[in-house]
Amino acid sequence: MINHYPLWKNLLILIVVAGGFFYAAPNLYAPDPALQIAGASSSQKIDTPILGRAEQALTDAGISFFGEVIQEQGKSALLRLTDRDQQLRAQAVVARELGDGFIVALNLAPTTPDWLLQGGATPMKLGLDLSGGVHFKLEVDVAAATDRRLEQYEVGIKKRLREERVRGRINLDGQRAVMQFRAEADREAARKLVAELYPELFLDRVDEGETWFLYATVTEQTITELVDYAVTQNLTTIRNRVNELGVSEPLVQRQGRNRIVVELPGIQDTAEAKRILGKVANLEFRLVAEANAPISERQRFEYRSAGREGMTEWLERDVIISGESVSNAQAGFDQNSQPNVSISLDGEGGMLMSRATRANVKRRMGVLFIERKYRTRYEVAESGEEVAKRIPYDEKKLLTAPVIQSALGAQFQITGLDNPGEASELALMLRAGALAAPITFVEERTVGPSLGAENIRLGTKSVQVGLALVVVFMMFYYRVFGVAAVLALTGNLVLLVAVMSLLGATLTLPGIAGIVLTVGMAVDANVLIFARIREEIRGGAPPQTAIGQGFDRAVVTILDANITTLIVAIILYAIGTGPIKGFAVTLSVGIITSMLSSIIGTRALVNLFYGGRRVRALSIGGVGRAQAAAQGAEE
Amino acid sequence: MNPIPFMKWRWVAISLSGLAIATAVASLSLQQLNWGLDFTGGTLIEVSYSDSADLGSIRSVLAEEGYEGAVVVSFGTDRDVLVRLPDGYSDEQGALMVDKLRSSTDMAIELRRIEFVGPQVGDELRDDGGIAMLTALGLVMLYVAFRFQIKFALGAVFALAHDVIVTLGFFSLTGLEFDLTVLAALLAVVGYSLNDTIVVADRIRENLRKIRRAQAIDVINISLTETLGRTLVTSLTTLLVLAALALFGGEMIFGFAVALLVGVTVGTYSSMYVASTTLLQLGVSKEDVMVPEREGADQEGMLP
Repeated sequence: MINHYPLWKNLLILIVVAGGFFYAAPNLYAPDPALQIAGASSSQKIDTPILGRAEQALTDAGISFFGEVIQEQGKSALLRLTDRDQQLRAQAVVARELGDGFIVALNLAPTTPDWLLQGGATPMKLGLDLSGGVHFKLEVDVAAATDRRLEQYEVGIKKRLREERVRGRINLDGQRAVMQFRAEADREAARKLVAELYPELFLDRVDEGETWFLYATVTEQTITELVDYAVTQNLTTIRNRVNELGVSEPLVQRQGRNRIVVELPGIQDTAEAKRILGKVANLEFRLVAEANAPISERQRFEYRSAGREGMTEWLERDVIISGESVSNAQAGFDQNSQPNVSISLDGEGGMLMSRATRANVKRRMGVLFIERKYRTRYEVAESGEEVAKRIPYDEKKLLTAPVIQSALGAQFQITGLDNPGEASELALMLRAGALAAPITFVEERTVGPSLGAENIRLGTKSVQVGLALVVVFMMFYYRVFGVAAVLALTGNLVLLVAVMSLLGATLTLPGIAGIVLTVGMAVDANVLIFARIREEIRGGAPPQTAIGQGFDRAVVTILDANITTLIVAIILYAIGTGPIKGFAVTLSVGIITSMLSSIIGTRALVNLFYGGRRVRALSIGGVGRAQAAAQGAEE
Repeated sequence: MNPIPFMKWRWVAISLSGLAIATAVASLSLQQLNWGLDFTGGTLIEVSYSDSADLGSIRSVLAEEGYEGAVVVSFGTDRDVLVRLPDGYSDEQGALMVDKLRSSTDMAIELRRIEFVGPQVGDELRDDGGIAMLTALGLVMLYVAFRFQIKFALGAVFALAHDVIVTLGFFSLTGLEFDLTVLAALLAVVGYSLNDTIVVADRIRENLRKIRRAQAIDVINISLTETLGRTLVTSLTTLLVLAALALFGGEMIFGFAVALLVGVTVGTYSSMYVASTTLLQLGVSKEDVMVPEREGADQEGMLP
């Protein structure tokens, strides 16, 4: 039978469309404004009494809420609010009640019904331009990191040459260290020593009259490793800090060689966010005070690690060196396979350290970790309103206090650690406090919540108007076939939304524009097919043959035309950032779903309507008269 | 249907395209593009006043505070104000400026957005955009050369370059802001115009094989006539949705919609004239699209 799909094919289409509706459905349920409560430290659990305090505070403030629940085995709790306008006030009220030990974040809680959730259906994520929030791009200063590493080489080489009594001079020149020697033998000795000490350096010999030069250049590979290291380091620190900001779904991601992207939905106080992200932890090395030292010269500090909670140590007030002087800290093992941490200092730091330790062998030295923290204080402003003020303070806690075994220089080790875990934890903290590589903000985009909501409204409206225009035009121009095309187009939109939701893609404003564009372009495949069918009819083909030939011939053209467009969309995805990527994703998915929906979906509908029966004329518009005339002539 | 003698007027089309490209290139070299913040770097803030805002007093407040080169314009309504600072201010200035504006007036000011783009990012985006455009053209040419033939590929690339240059020229002449979304739109124009060009090329290939003893010019005329209906309908539906986007999509998406409106219009014309004229001038013939022996068997059935 001509133009008839077997039952299984129709069923398959039905199942795909039903699946599309199922996975697209969660997007229809508007999320509830909500508050998410979590402990400031991971040990702080959220239990019923704590949640009860938050509920009481909201009730007292006259803010209505519902659906309160403790999540993730007590790690966080969620309170849904009835009114979005009260969200900020609710946050302030609950934060005030619970105090500094808790983080109260704004959140949009999905309202996807259980029967959808059980099938794995979740709504699309909204991009920052739709949800409101801050987007930061930070850059790790590669040049500064490289300079620090070069200084480290200079100090190391100088020390080694002196130890081995090789006479020569060394100084830095751009990306290389230049060594000068009076005799070739000295240079040879130096070359061997440097190659042994720093195998990653590229060594080059140049002679100039009576002076023998040795150039040590940092290879590109070493710099790449250095940058990787600095970026990973910063990623970890930033992730930890972002948690302090009280954002429900933050994104911290590396981008390219030396960039880090941070996205914080719901945040508007960018100044605050930047202070926290940009803040640098620091270190202080101080001698442990002697028992008989006067109280004015010493200070007491607590240990930072949970294992030594409550233990304290008296340190001298004088600071030997701070984090700026530390260029690296690495966990490893000593000759006796005991875990240790090797620390490298820069030139000046090494000098200070050696001066301070020479006379103090067998005493202990404490390493302090300094973090900027905030404490909230409530003040009554002139207007009589109560305002929350965040007051920064430095929290200084002791990491370790080992015994100085001998005079230390630019490179030394901390030994006597209990296990490798402790060593790597200590190295991590030292690196976090050391200024491995400074970071700067190179891009910032903040979208206020009202603009986000407006973008959603405008975007939805354009999709609706665009779709309506196309629907009217297609039905008018192609009659019954137009109806089939419109149904396929609707199915295409549903599938597009479903696929985007399944992929976990983020919807952005350009993404919505991509959907609008897809609506316009998706009918193209149908138009191609219908144009072919009309041609076949004009050529005198009977209706059923015209349908069959029209579809078959158009398919090749449709494939060629769409694959090329897909190539462009993929390039767009590869180079685009943020919102542009969103556009590329909707465009690519849209191209694929529109091909499927018009080649298979429209065909199925046309088959259902016209297939397998006698048809005198097709309702496809345009050729109506020609068709009638042709048939009139036949009869 | 009698073929419309499209190619008879090809010299008119060539002059028209030549003129358009010359104007575009002249405008691009003389006054360049009105680069948006994404490409120049700098700071931009958009704020919404509770009542109509007095731009003059905002300007004087900013001048007092020492913001040199600040551009203050209203955005959409008279309550929405856009301030743009040139490159060189630090990333903190956007938020600071909002605070200063707040303290200078009794009206409530709502922050709509702040954008800060460092200079290095701007340069990179511009370079990346250019590279993307060239990569797109190159890959497309390869695909078309592989699926069709090199003459078709050249035609397609000429048509695409034509569309991109004319659309860029339009942005340069009108002084509309050229930002990242416009760049994305330009790539979408490449995709769209390509779609059109391929459909026409496909028909020309088919007719070259099918219609024996016909001149290339006639085959092209027939093919263009046959695809005319489809070309116009698709362009019309696309222009309809784009018009909806331009009218209802809001300010942030306006440039994007305009770029596509211009690009799709030019693309429709170029797929008919630029690509086909190129094919004709390159002397396309039946031999260029001969079906390889291997595929002959299944191709035979499709010939009448």
